[in-house]
Amino acid sequence: MAKLTFKRDNCKGCGLCVDACPKGILEIDAESINLKGHHPVKLVDEEACVGCASCATMCPDCIIKVER
Amino acid sequence: MADKVLMKGNEALAEAAILAGCRHYFGYPITPQTEIAAFMAKRMPKIGGTFLQAESEIAAINMVYGAAAAGRRAMTSSSSPGISLKGEGISYIAGCDLPCLIVNVQRGGPGLGGIQPSQSDYFQATRGGGHGDYHLIVIAPASVQEMAELTVKSFDLADKYRMPVMILADGTIGQMMEPVSLDIHVADPVEKPWAVTGTKKEREHNIINSLYLQPDKLEQVNFERFKKYEVVKANEQMAEEFMTDDADVIVTAFGIAARVAKNAVREARKNGIKAGLIRPITLWPFPEKTFGKAAEHAKVIISAELNMGQMVEDIRLSVKDRIPVDLCIRTGGMIMSPGEVYEAIEKADKKIKGGI
Amino acid sequence: MVVMERPHSLVDIPLHYCPGCTHGIVHRLVAEAIDELDIEGRTIGIAPVGCSVMAYDYFNCDMIEAAHGRAPAVATGVKRANPDNIVFTYQGDGDLASIGTAETVHAAARNENITVIFINNAIYGMTGGQMAPTSLPGQVTQTSPYGRDVKLCGYPVKICEMLSQLEGPEYLERVTVNSVSNVRKAKKAIKKAFQNQVEGKGFSLIEVVSSCPTNWGMSPKDALKWIDDNMIPYYPLGVYKDRSKEAEA
Repeated sequence: MAKLTFKRDNCKGCGLCVDACPKGILEIDAESINLKGHHPVKLVDEEACVGCASCATMCPDCIIKVER
Repeated sequence: MADKVLMKGNEALAEAAILAGCRHYFGYPITPQTEIAAFMAKRMPKIGGTFLQAESEIAAINMVYGAAAAGRRAMTSSSSPGISLKGEGISYIAGCDLPCLIVNVQRGGPGLGGIQPSQSDYFQATRGGGHGDYHLIVIAPASVQEMAELTVKSFDLADKYRMPVMILADGTIGQMMEPVSLDIHVADPVEKPWAVTGTKKEREHNIINSLYLQPDKLEQVNFERFKKYEVVKANEQMAEEFMTDDADVIVTAFGIAARVAKNAVREARKNGIKAGLIRPITLWPFPEKTFGKAAEHAKVIISAELNMGQMVEDIRLSVKDRIPVDLCIRTGGMIMSPGEVYEAIEKADKKIKGGI
Repeated sequence: MVVMERPHSLVDIPLHYCPGCTHGIVHRLVAEAIDELDIEGRTIGIAPVGCSVMAYDYFNCDMIEAAHGRAPAVATGVKRANPDNIVFTYQGDGDLASIGTAETVHAAARNENITVIFINNAIYGMTGGQMAPTSLPGQVTQTSPYGRDVKLCGYPVKICEMLSQLEGPEYLERVTVNSVSNVRKAKKAIKKAFQNQVEGKGFSLIEVVSSCPTNWGMSPKDALKWIDDNMIPYYPLGVYKDRSKEAEA
């Protein structure tokens, strides 16, 4: 089982992680805004995460910590 | 008794730099200072130092910036047009409060100009040379001995105050040969905890930078730097006074012009004119104290310069226009003769005695 | 077990770059290389003038801010002063391929033992999107509003190809960061560029074909695709020089 930790308030909502995720379990959260005014990323299916770190690989802001 | 060696001015400067602990020279050939580069090319490899002929004067000053940031004594040398190229780099070095030595062996200008000596970069040197509010300590040697001694002093001052120092020489002093003693005292090295040498993961990282996007912070940085300059002005003015105690007519000159003027002053004294010479050695800080004193009794000052009249402005500021300041100039590579300076002294003296 | 997190030599502060700007990815790759080679304590980085001018705030090693284009000269000064330091420059296309071309070429020709990270996004980002020497023919920018006209402005400058003609440099590779697999390849190249310096092999330059969503006028996702469709055909990826490998062969 993999665990993802997000630095939510540093996310700029760029969406690169969403496109990179092979499981399609990341989404830009259109419902909420972080402290910087961006729509941050949201993990929609924690169980399905395999910890491939594709998201963290593409993240330009180092907001994702991946653990397995 | 110290041994004396017959040396060319440019070479004495280079040897003294090595004496002062400089092990990094970055330069580019340009007349009339290429001997400095050639000398360093031979000497530096023998003592494990760096000699690098850079791709341009711009690259050379940026290499000096890097070596100085890394905590080393570093220098470059060039002549007038090459110094113009270095303008941005010098501004960065000053804006980062880094020490280094820049040597300008002046030639005729503007533009490509000529290869004969001049003093027409006085404004450029004393007003900083590049953009922004800053100063260099500017030192004008007038002999081969001074090319050596003042080079050592330049490195010591640069490290003491964390600012670039410029030696403003001219082609004559650079090319002339005179006996010189290299028994010169070097100040103790200063610690440089601010230098970029690698954190060893034991300290916070050092940043050498001149960018401050917040205007209040940039203003503060400028204010602090100018407080430092006030200390330099108070403590580091240097000038030679020759027969000035009772002088009516004081000639002011630096570098080769001072050597010429001294002869004229001696001749004038022989002919009963109370002449004297003030020879600024630091052009920045300008020796205001010396001029302030002289203005109390002198009746006229003559600025003898190899340019269209540049130092004359600083003299007028120093004496607050209390007494007249005349000009005796040659430029383009021409050097005034003692006779020309004598004529100026005689004319000025007649004016004082005969009234206007 | 941590699979991936912010590397130690990347300072834990928010980056100021635009959303989706690939600078952030490359900064992380450089920091990962520094961490993995355990050289943070002896590394000096040289920041450029451009969007990444404030790189001096983002890396945990000692940093110097250089004048526009002059980073390789500054790096030369640092490296000659203290050869045991690992010295890298991080430069954009204006810095490295326009005003700094002489410094770039000569540091390579001298085989200065430094590492140069070259961010090629075919535009001048910081100043608002002007044409770069690497802008593509027909590319619309603020200073080529009708599209880059090769009759007026000539053709783009291909740095890896140019430098590969010199005997000096040790290693030249062009990579990109527009997909997970490309980012992983870019990381290998960047790490090798640092490893070469540690081993004293000489001048290594990694050209990273990057995006500028803001000044290209597209979303971050579309910008990554634009790299594939337009940049890579002009700037093919690959190793342009590897002296050590060639010597072994």
